[in-house]
Amino acid sequence: MIPLGLEHYLILSAVLFAIGLYGALTKRNAIVILMCIELMLNAVNITLVAFSRYIVPGLLTGQVFAIFVIVVAAAEVAVGVAIVLAIYRGLEHIDVTKIDIMKW
Amino acid sequence: MGLAVTFGILAIVVLAAALGVVLLRNVFRAALALILCFLAVAGLYVTLSADFLAAVQVIIYIGAISVLIILAIMMTREIQRGSPPNKLQIPAFIVAVVFLGVAVFAVTRTPWQISSAPPLVPTTAALALKLLGKDGFILPVEIAAALLLAAVLGAIVLAREK
Repeated sequence: MIPLGLEHYLILSAVLFAIGLYGALTKRNAIVILMCIELMLNAVNITLVAFSRYIVPGLLTGQVFAIFVIVVAAAEVAVGVAIVLAIYRGLEHIDVTKIDIMKW
Repeated sequence: MGLAVTFGILAIVVLAAALGVVLLRNVFRAALALILCFLAVAGLYVTLSADFLAAVQVIIYIGAISVLIILAIMMTREIQRGSPPNKLQIPAFIVAVVFLGVAVFAVTRTPWQISSAPPLVPTTAALALKLLGKDGFILPVEIAAALLLAAVLGAIVLAREK
């Protein structure tokens, strides 16, 4: 058995990112798309922390990056949910395939 | 050995929960699967000896972001209609598989320079020095504060009743 290493974490996060990408591209419900974006951000965070642990264990740079990614994710989800609620108030649905009010 | 077993269990939980988010038709159940996925990712951070990040993951992702998402689900009442897929299923599947193939190819072919130094634990004090200390990331920390303020103000403006 191969000892646990960097590649395991990187492949796991690649699979997680691919699942999130598939969900973000195929879903109709805007909230589920936001959830899939969170999955992708989590995959990136796993990659950053794994690099930090295995390449530069004493520097923690990857963990600092992961903290900033979490901050941006929190801001993104706050604005995203506000946009979804504003759209729902106007259109009574949040089906992204039918939201075309900016199309001319 | 124990670390490898823990990693295996957590990896299975993460992937199963992520598949649940994408495949479950009930939006609320998908949100619960998302919370399980966040929790397992926090466990993965523990196996990577990132204790502070594991706590931050639980507090911010499970405590704040999941609550916001569940609040949005409750306020939009789309649970009965579920989350049906759109017409892009096959192209999206191809895109995801191609991305996965390229990523796995790049990861397995790159000669990583693995350091054998032991990881730094506990990380909290070291991270604080890194973020706020001399020659640290103090400017990005200030910018993050401004970003959060702008995001909260923007969310209030967007969601306010006219």
